Amino acid sequence: MKRFAFAAALAMLAAPAFADDPLVLSIKDHRFQPDRLEIPADTKVKLTVRNLDSTAEEFESYDLNREKVVAAGSEITVFIGPLAAGNYKFFGDFHQDTAQGVIVAR
Amino acid sequence: MLASLLIVFREVLEAGLIVGIVLAASNGVAGRGRWVAGGIAAGLTGAALVASCAGALSQALDGVGQEIFTVAILGLAVTMLGWHAVWMSRHGREMAEAMKDVGRAVAAGEKSLFALSVVTAVAVLREGSEVVLFLYGIAKSTGDGPLSLLAGGMAGVALGVATAFALYRGLLAIPTRHLFSVTNGLVIVLAAGMAGQAASLLASIDVLPSWGERIWNSSAILSEQSLLGRALHALVGYSAQPSGIQLAAWIVTLTALATLSRLVGQQRRPLGSSH
Repeated sequence: MKRFAFAAALAMLAAPAFADDPLVLSIKDHRFQPDRLEIPADTKVKLTVRNLDSTAEEFESYDLNREKVVAAGSEITVFIGPLAAGNYKFFGDFHQDTAQGVIVAR
Repeated sequence: MLASLLIVFREVLEAGLIVGIVLAASNGVAGRGRWVAGGIAAGLTGAALVASCAGALSQALDGVGQEIFTVAILGLAVTMLGWHAVWMSRHGREMAEAMKDVGRAVAAGEKSLFALSVVTAVAVLREGSEVVLFLYGIAKSTGDGPLSLLAGGMAGVALGVATAFALYRGLLAIPTRHLFSVTNGLVIVLAAGMAGQAASLLASIDVLPSWGERIWNSSAILSEQSLLGRALHALVGYSAQPSGIQLAAWIVTLTALATLSRLVGQQRRPLGSSH
């Protein structure tokens, strides 16, 4: 519990400096909606990933160095960037044949 | 079936490689089987627990519960690995000498078994919770032929365990007098890799700055999606596109532990040589 409290305190100390617009990705039938997301380059953004399926998914990206489980019917947030302009692929680790998408920073 | 085999194999391999190193590092210490098995059992229990409340964990602490939890257990593992490395540089030589004297080896080794048991539990918990979630999803979904997918998953577990066992046997081929320095080096690099992952996670929830999202990109040479890439990710913290903070944490941990082990080892030398 102490560790959690300490970490929570740390989280509060860190001043967020990211774009305000909420970016939302939905997962439905093991596909991302939208599967292409544009974000401003060189800006930190907050991304919400919402899982509308009844099974868990893992939001993962080698390009972005992110890996986070999204439980069935729940949502997570990830901070991304600041990114140099370019394409960054992401996928759903548990359903890679369908759950694919790309973030475009420009 | 092949897809599920690969996913499960990858996760089991990552945990298995760490357990393989733990087993090699505790080679010759009586009672280690029980400690390592205990670590695996604790890890599996934890994995099932974490998987069953994955949703609640994600929502906790304003949506960063998952990361904070992972950072906490990674921090615990880094501490235990670091402690083991420093402790071994002090006692490793004695242990190698006392190997025939089983009684002494037990007395010397038992303290570090606890640390290694914790490391085992953390490794199994981390990768295991993903396997549980994945297999649970398969079992729940219909029409996909869940039985063949489940069979693939089981085959993945078996294959992962076999590969880890191969690593363990490979390490044991190293002559005993060198084994401790090799496993100690592996333990230190393992700790550095975990510290890097923890730093990267803290950057992903905006607690730490990223210090550059992509210091280099070596995906073309060694992709993290490849099996070798995944294995190196688990063993040395390899990242094809590391962030600055990840790299910094890796270097700091490696340097600190290597220096500390060396200092402690030197301190002991005059006494150790007169055994």
